[in-house]
Amino acid sequence: MALESNIPSGPLAQKWDKHKFDIKLVNPANKRKFDVIVVGSGLAGASAAATLGELGYKVKCFCYQDSPRRAHSIAAQGGINAAKNYQNDGDSVHRLFYDTIKGGDFRAREANVYRLAQVSVNIIDQCVAQGVPFAREYGGLLSNRSFGGAQVSRTFYARGQTGQQLLLGAYSALCRQIGMGTVKMYPRTEMLDVVVIDGHAKGIIVRDLVSGEISSHAADAVVLATGGYGNVFFLSTNAKGCNATAIWRAYKKGAYLANPCYTQIHPTCIPVSGEHQSKLTLMSESLRNDGRVWVPKKKEDCDKAPGSIAEDDRDYYLERKYPSYGNLAPRDISSRAAKEACDQGRGVGPGKLGVYLDFADAIKRLGLNVIRERYGNLFDMYEKITGENAYQVPMRIYPAVHYTMGGTWVDYNLMSTLPGLFVLGEANFSDHGANRLGASALMQGLADGYFVLPYTIGNYFASSKQAKPSSSHAEFKRAEEEVRKFTQRLLSIKGKRTPTSLHRELGKLLWEKCGMGRNAAGLKEALKRIPELREEFWKTVNVTGEAMEFNQALEYAGRVADFMEFGELMCLDALDRNESCGGHFREEFQTPDGEAARNDEKYAYVAAWEFRGQNQAPVMHKETLEYTEVHMSTRSYK
Amino acid sequence: MNLTLKVWRQKNGQSAGHFDTYPARDVIEDMSFLEMLDVVNEDLIAAGKDPIAFDSDCREGICGMCSLVINGVPHGGHRGTATCQLHMRHFKDGETITIEPWRAEAFPIIKDVAVNRAAFDRIMQAGGFISVNTGGTPDGNAIPISKAVADKSMDAAACIGCGACVAACKNASAMLFVAAKVSQLNLLPQGEPEKHRRALAMVTQMDKEGFGSCTVTGSCEAVCPKEISLSFIAKLNRDYGIGALLGK
Ligand SMILES: Cc1cc2nc3c(=O)[nH]c(=O)nc-3n(C[C@H](O)[C@H](O)[C@H](O)COP(=O)(O)OP(=O)(O)OC[C@H]3O[C@@H](n4cnc5c(N)ncnc54)[C@H](O)[C@@H]3O)c2cc1C
Repeated sequence: MALESNIPSGPLAQKWDKHKFDIKLVNPANKRKFDVIVVGSGLAGASAAATLGELGYKVKCFCYQDSPRRAHSIAAQGGINAAKNYQNDGDSVHRLFYDTIKGGDFRAREANVYRLAQVSVNIIDQCVAQGVPFAREYGGLLSNRSFGGAQVSRTFYARGQTGQQLLLGAYSALCRQIGMGTVKMYPRTEMLDVVVIDGHAKGIIVRDLVSGEISSHAADAVVLATGGYGNVFFLSTNAKGCNATAIWRAYKKGAYLANPCYTQIHPTCIPVSGEHQSKLTLMSESLRNDGRVWVPKKKEDCDKAPGSIAEDDRDYYLERKYPSYGNLAPRDISSRAAKEACDQGRGVGPGKLGVYLDFADAIKRLGLNVIRERYGNLFDMYEKITGENAYQVPMRIYPAVHYTMGGTWVDYNLMSTLPGLFVLGEANFSDHGANRLGASALMQGLADGYFVLPYTIGNYFASSKQAKPSSSHAEFKRAEEEVRKFTQRLLSIKGKRTPTSLHRELGKLLWEKCGMGRNAAGLKEALKRIPELREEFWKTVNVTGEAMEFNQALEYAGRVADFMEFGELMCLDALDRNESCGGHFREEFQTPDGEAARNDEKYAYVAAWEFRGQNQAPVMHKETLEYTEVHMSTRSYK
Repeated sequence: MNLTLKVWRQKNGQSAGHFDTYPARDVIEDMSFLEMLDVVNEDLIAAGKDPIAFDSDCREGICGMCSLVINGVPHGGHRGTATCQLHMRHFKDGETITIEPWRAEAFPIIKDVAVNRAAFDRIMQAGGFISVNTGGTPDGNAIPISKAVADKSMDAAACIGCGACVAACKNASAMLFVAAKVSQLNLLPQGEPEKHRRALAMVTQMDKEGFGSCTVTGSCEAVCPKEISLSFIAKLNRDYGIGALLGK
């Protein structure tokens, strides 16, 4: 199937308005005749479910946590971007658009990104109206901070808990609809398959995580807002339950996966402390507004107390290498610079895998109270985890997997290659290219859910005119049976290895071969090793308990089984892309001074992978990226 | 260090529970409490036993999914710390640690130490929102809000809905949870038009769910991982009182 991005014609700045006018509408009285399934209740899912409910659609919303309020969006700390230009510092829709395209290393779709920048301003208004307590100035107006990759102050925040407050806003809107009966919520319910009838997504198969019951839900359209796949690396800043299951199973039903190798490694996370480590904790990028990143100039100094190292003996390497952005250089660049310093043997802390993030200067300049006010909760979190007081000694940080730019391929309407299946938020690939700028994921999730999908889904209903699905259709029964078999297969092995140990092994392999730096030899090795590991999984995994009960081991094993396949596609994609761009750094392709060397002539495309059957090579389709308003320049932050 | 765990095991909501004892060996200081449990579970699986079911997700103290009563105290009794953020450096070699679920009628046990907190969602559905639809909202800066008010609202909004307040309360009251939400919204000008209605609706639902009444002992505030202040309960009482008077 050829990829049809369905980008509207006309000048970039007018595409969305034009499209909204051109697309078909469903009249208010008819909306209640359409059932919509929304899988996921994070920023993207909750905002979509609530808004669709308000419009009059009949919505069912699913999440695996015990409450929609706990989706991983809750953990976002730093903030959300919007082109409000409240600071009068030269921001505009066009600048936010440009920064995002450039930040994404010219690998995102221009029209989507422009729309994102346009609706960003509505998001802030919406959230304020819901009662999101954004930070304010003394005059009562909204406050802003700066984030990496931008030279304006456009990030809105609620202390260090912006994701929490935005999610609770969306959750409150969702609660209102649940109370009104337009949305029915299914917490502790995991989607395990998409059901396709006559080529259209017509529902899902789910497992009730408490009773173990497997059931079918039919709908006129299915929306996936299931978040990112960072946990394929085992260690990441994602919540323990984050997974690729929904998009992976949709992939097997015809929804192409785009750019799976684009993963973001965040530069400021708390370093790994030992083999027991179950996840990594992010220290928000906002800290780089005031913290200075450094390592000792000399290896010999690495074991000394940081305070005893003289100013002249410190290498503030971001300020040195990227003077115009300094400590606010974008994530991919900052992460690689940290790795480089550690690879040179100048890392600090246990295992020498850490760099300092130092607040001493900021405390001197602004006073302890200002720093406490801005980042208090982050300093507290740091102390809980490390036992160290970062007001007194510099934080130690190291890069960690944080976000996945790749995801299900979607067109301008956010519809996948499987008609009737829409994908929103981190689960899709659409807006961040090869690298996402800080504070732009929250923006994208809410843009998709509040302001894009509610329009585009109506167009699908009004133009596709599909027959009403029923969950008693044979396809549903067949899919249910498949899911039951899969579950039984996992439970029947009762081998010697725990799902965790197998997952850890996969993660380590991917981190080494498909992490911050990649090369062809390593990727080929991984591509050989992953199928072996997968085989080992299916021979030796020990999943305790039974199918018809609350069984966390079973839930987890199913997710690991999917990661075992997903990881392979990631490496395949990384191997195909013989260039470096954004978070995808192929060591063979770098400039003499070690920066990413893009190859626009050959690789200015989105790689969308099509599933061709179990144990068969997937087929790659290309969506060529065309830029009409921006010039594909070399990305420089020097 | 080596520890002994006394853990509440219960097959499901219908069966009776009991304590089982397990060793936790080679625990290191930098482990989080849940990582310690992960290791114990790995051992249990290896021994062919059912691992301990417990809830957790973000493991950063913000999602509110984790929920253990540790040595009799919800979240283990370290100021402003949720179970997932509690680290083993606070325990001593040779110690015995008791681990139990939240205990409250409104939070039925699902399995072992995992409970059902859907009652909180239903309280939210009764009134924990501002009635605005998507779109057509005024500019974010149209209504200036003093920093003091925004900050106070944020203090209340920090609640993670974990339910420790209920677990700590001798009456299993949910007043701190409800007060936090009501205060967040009622302090803001956006929340003003519905403030009495909101307080009334949420408290009514809270009572329906079987939470007990508040006698202001402050045990909730003491265990709250977000240190939500008891003073919000006073605000809730005032808004509720007027709401009851107005009958809306
Ligand atoms: C620690 C951290 C800090 C961050 N800080 C920022 C920041 O400051 N600014 C910013 O812009 N971005 C930030 N991000 C990124 C941002 O938070 C996420 O990209 C974004 O919140 C994702 O939202 P989402 O709605 O797409 O997915 P999520 O919030 O992850 O929601 C996924 C939903 O899908 C459900 N789900 C998943 N699989 C299934 C299944 N199979 N069946 C049923 N339900 C399922 C889950 O239950 C959940 O409800 C941060 C990310 C992390 C990890």
